[in-house]
Amino acid sequence: MYKMQLLVCGGTGCRASASAKIVEKLNESLASHGLTSDAQVVTTGCFGFCEKGPIVKVIPDNTFYTQVKPEDAEEIVAEHILKGRKVKRLLYENPQTEEHVADSKHMGFYQKQMRIALRNCGFIDPENIDEYIARDGYSALAQVISELTPQQAIEMVKQSGLRGRGGAGFPTGLKWEITSKFTADQKYVVCNADEGDPGAFMDRSILEGDPNSVIEAMAICGYCIGANKGLIYIRAEYPLAISRLRIAIRQAREYGLLGDNILGTDFSFDMELRYGAGAFVCGEETALIASMEGKRGEPRVKPPFPAEDGYMHKPTNVNNVETFANIPVIFLKGPEWFASIGTAKSKGTKVFALAGKINNVGLIEVPMGITLREIIYEIGGGIKNGKKFKAVQTGGPSGGCLTEKHLDTPIDFDSLIAAGSMMGSGGMIVMDEDDCMVSIAKFYLEFIVEESCGKCTPCRVGNKRMLEILEKICQGKGNMEDLDHLRNFANVIKDTALCGLGQTSPNPVLSTLDNFYDEYLAHVKDKKCFARKCKALARYTIIPEVCTGCTVCAKNCPVEAITGERRQPHFINQDICIHCGVCYTKCKFNAILVQ
Amino acid sequence: MTKIKSLDDLRQRKQQLEQGMEIREKSDHPESLVQIKVAMATCGIASGARAVMNAFVEKIKKEKIPAVVTQTGCMGYCYAEPTVEVKKPGMDPVVFSYVDVAKAEEIVDKYIRNNELLDGILPANYQTI
Repeated sequence: MYKMQLLVCGGTGCRASASAKIVEKLNESLASHGLTSDAQVVTTGCFGFCEKGPIVKVIPDNTFYTQVKPEDAEEIVAEHILKGRKVKRLLYENPQTEEHVADSKHMGFYQKQMRIALRNCGFIDPENIDEYIARDGYSALAQVISELTPQQAIEMVKQSGLRGRGGAGFPTGLKWEITSKFTADQKYVVCNADEGDPGAFMDRSILEGDPNSVIEAMAICGYCIGANKGLIYIRAEYPLAISRLRIAIRQAREYGLLGDNILGTDFSFDMELRYGAGAFVCGEETALIASMEGKRGEPRVKPPFPAEDGYMHKPTNVNNVETFANIPVIFLKGPEWFASIGTAKSKGTKVFALAGKINNVGLIEVPMGITLREIIYEIGGGIKNGKKFKAVQTGGPSGGCLTEKHLDTPIDFDSLIAAGSMMGSGGMIVMDEDDCMVSIAKFYLEFIVEESCGKCTPCRVGNKRMLEILEKICQGKGNMEDLDHLRNFANVIKDTALCGLGQTSPNPVLSTLDNFYDEYLAHVKDKKCFARKCKALARYTIIPEVCTGCTVCAKNCPVEAITGERRQPHFINQDICIHCGVCYTKCKFNAILVQ
Repeated sequence: MTKIKSLDDLRQRKQQLEQGMEIREKSDHPESLVQIKVAMATCGIASGARAVMNAFVEKIKKEKIPAVVTQTGCMGYCYAEPTVEVKKPGMDPVVFSYVDVAKAEEIVDKYIRNNELLDGILPANYQTI
């Protein structure tokens, strides 16, 4: 039996920083010290603390090493494993107290988290089904198919209050019940793993860290709705998640946990993967189904809903990865337990991908009802470089920006909608005082224009027109009428677009118009961008008292807009200046003023 | 791989597999467990700390004692090696000196089970992170 284990993060983020090499080096060092029977190296899924990856966690003393490089492996083995001395320089340093924290439980990043969907991520080896089974894996499926009727099982999911984690928050139990009521010779369970929001990586991390939980939940769903076939629609851009899913499916088949007559019951279930080419619109369930059928990934009018007329015109239940990952726990710990977490109408936890101008970028799972302030300042460790918080964008291109006044709003499905944003799939991008909100709105609109499938006119043409207006505003050519046009377009698209993604696409513009109207005004009226992001609006001048006449700016100006004699103050000709900012970065005397 | 044929079969399989994960499960909540730290610096290893650690690991596994065995560096008591620090939940740590395999068994039987103190306790006048 091993006395120690070294858990190495094998998520996409840490692998990009050579974590596979770390595993190799750790094994080499263990062998050279003759410790292979004492200590074992285990590759796990994402620990969530991506900011400080790659992560190596030493068990049983729970030592959390951050930013480990392959060349550190020898020191960890020689010092920690052999002699029991922690390698201090690799420990996490609390930025406030500058103290080294060895145990991850004492890190602010983990203290407020509650891991349900991510329960096994960073704990088990995702390529070894035995480790999943040792953690009660497949017990929920076994219990459901041997002891419960489908109706009883659906009732438990309903009681838990679980709502879809893909964005819209539809009650999962109700969806299962509706699909179960349609009769057909064939039904399908579909897992939506087409994670398309910019900056979101929740579903990928779950599939990479704990693929079996999704497989088990899909089988449970199949039993409940009367389907014997599951399909996972995953984007081909997630090669690691795909390879781990394939391994997990193969192992589950070998154990008889997928296939005919599972655990000696009458229930049979098997599944396949379907690859998407990475189109945002294919996250919409009807477009996803069309894509799986080999057609163009375009949404269609609902109803009929997929529950009645889905994949191959058969009743189909579509749920998101994170929704499925919650299912086994509901059966293991009971729906009452699950319903005791969260707020009145949003139960359980939510996984967020925390990104942007925040100290602790990473993957977090928090109980519903936590405030933005707790997420940003306690888990996230505050804003980078001590800057001022400005806004947080939730819900991706369908969501909106929340501001300082929302910091103490408890986060759940309904309160975020009331605040003009939405839960979405869980992207959370933090912005500081240096971010221009008009540019942010423009960024999301560019994404929508790029990704719009083009089937309906409001989304295809409307968003394009809105983008043109925003571009005009950022160029300093906007007028007050443009702001009215923006709002009109947004409302028309909201009311008339075909699919959910189209209907919510104006949200980033609407919420920034509501919350940051003064910034739009500054762009339009004063032709100013507070954050100095809109280059066309920046006005560069030279402060004559400070200028030494060194001529560096004039030499570097690409359009020769700067003139002046040596050792005399220089001057920028505003008619020629293209606002590139080169003079500002080159000046050694801070003589260039940006307004 | 053999197929899992029933709910009971799965439960049995889980019980067998649990042992391999035990070390990780325990490390998730060490404060509620007895923590046994064996000093494993050069001095400790030279005086036989490795055998002592193995003895602890096997004893707590055999007798299903809720404890976690870890190793630590030199505690400074090189003259008294092997030394072992035992921290029971909610109690101050106690350091035992000159621990051999027999003494390890005694520590588990007397101190960990019954709070009986043994000879050779060193004064603990340090703090650890």
